[in-house]
Amino acid sequence: MPEYTLTPFEFFIYLAVMAGVTYLLRLLPMLFIRKPIKNRYVRSVLYYMPYAVLTVMSVPAIFYVTDNVFSGIAAAVVAIVLAYFERSLVTVAAGAAATVFICELIAKLIQQ
Amino acid sequence: MNIQNKFTKGISDGLPIGLGYLAISFAFGIMTNVYGMPVYEGCLISLFNLTSAGQLAGLPIIATGGSLVELALTQLLINLRYSLMSVTLGQKFDKSITVIDRLYLAFALTDEVFAVSVGNKARLGKKYLLGLMLLPYIGWFSGTLLGAIAGNILPELLVKALSVAMYAMFIAIIVPVAKTSGAVCATVGISALFSLAFAYIPKLSSVPSGFVIIICALAASLIIAAIAPLKDDVEEVKQNA
Repeated sequence: MPEYTLTPFEFFIYLAVMAGVTYLLRLLPMLFIRKPIKNRYVRSVLYYMPYAVLTVMSVPAIFYVTDNVFSGIAAAVVAIVLAYFERSLVTVAAGAAATVFICELIAKLIQQ
Repeated sequence: MNIQNKFTKGISDGLPIGLGYLAISFAFGIMTNVYGMPVYEGCLISLFNLTSAGQLAGLPIIATGGSLVELALTQLLINLRYSLMSVTLGQKFDKSITVIDRLYLAFALTDEVFAVSVGNKARLGKKYLLGLMLLPYIGWFSGTLLGAIAGNILPELLVKALSVAMYAMFIAIIVPVAKTSGAVCATVGISALFSLAFAYIPKLSSVPSGFVIIICALAASLIIAAIAPLKDDVEEVKQNA
């Protein structure tokens, strides 16, 4: 991970842009659109979008957030299995984290 | 139509959301630490944004000093769904809600707050909505604070382990829906393929993370929406249930 070098001033500019865009997306339709969106294609794109976004953000990032790829892959598999059986968010997260913890521990022991 | 405007009812509806947010934002707090961000900056992001995927996508752009255009476009695309929710929620407001009220009620419009709001048969008043949004907001902020602090004091191995939590939660959101909807499953498959291409094909791998999200997610949802458009309102209702 590269060094974090932003000054507070630079950070505030990023924060303002990020928060501003997000807030306006939430506010403007509520202020100005007073009728439901009928267009089927637009509604469909917006329905599928969150799943696409979450997928792109998780794959392959989850494999590389840990020290070795194998613990990341193991965590992803455990998370998918737990999610398939509809466990809660916290259970899925804890299961994946525990998997990484155990894998990395084993990896450390082997290296010694 | 009835009007729901009890603050206490809002609080009790918001409690489970707030507890859930505590866990998700804890994972986000850990990530701010992984990127070396000061605790107070991570907290400020959560105080002013209140959006899990948007914040996690924004984090690497901010931490690596990426372009503001990339940051703005990424947030625009990832959070575009709020605009759709904003239209629907705005039409469920009680008549007494003014334009001024909308200025602050829009701020805490999240997926879960929206789901509870539209699940409510009555028109919604200001007091109910403020109650509903209060605990999720507090949960979101305090989870981030706790996660960022935990990232600083916990052993490195434990922080590494916890840093997968956020991605695991995303998987927990995706998989149950993909299991029952072929179209969502295809969306996930296609966007994963695009994302892998951007990660491993040499020329594509230099594209900044925010643009990768925009290109892949937009392409996947445009394609699937063309092949499998929603039939009627049924699927939209199901998503928000």
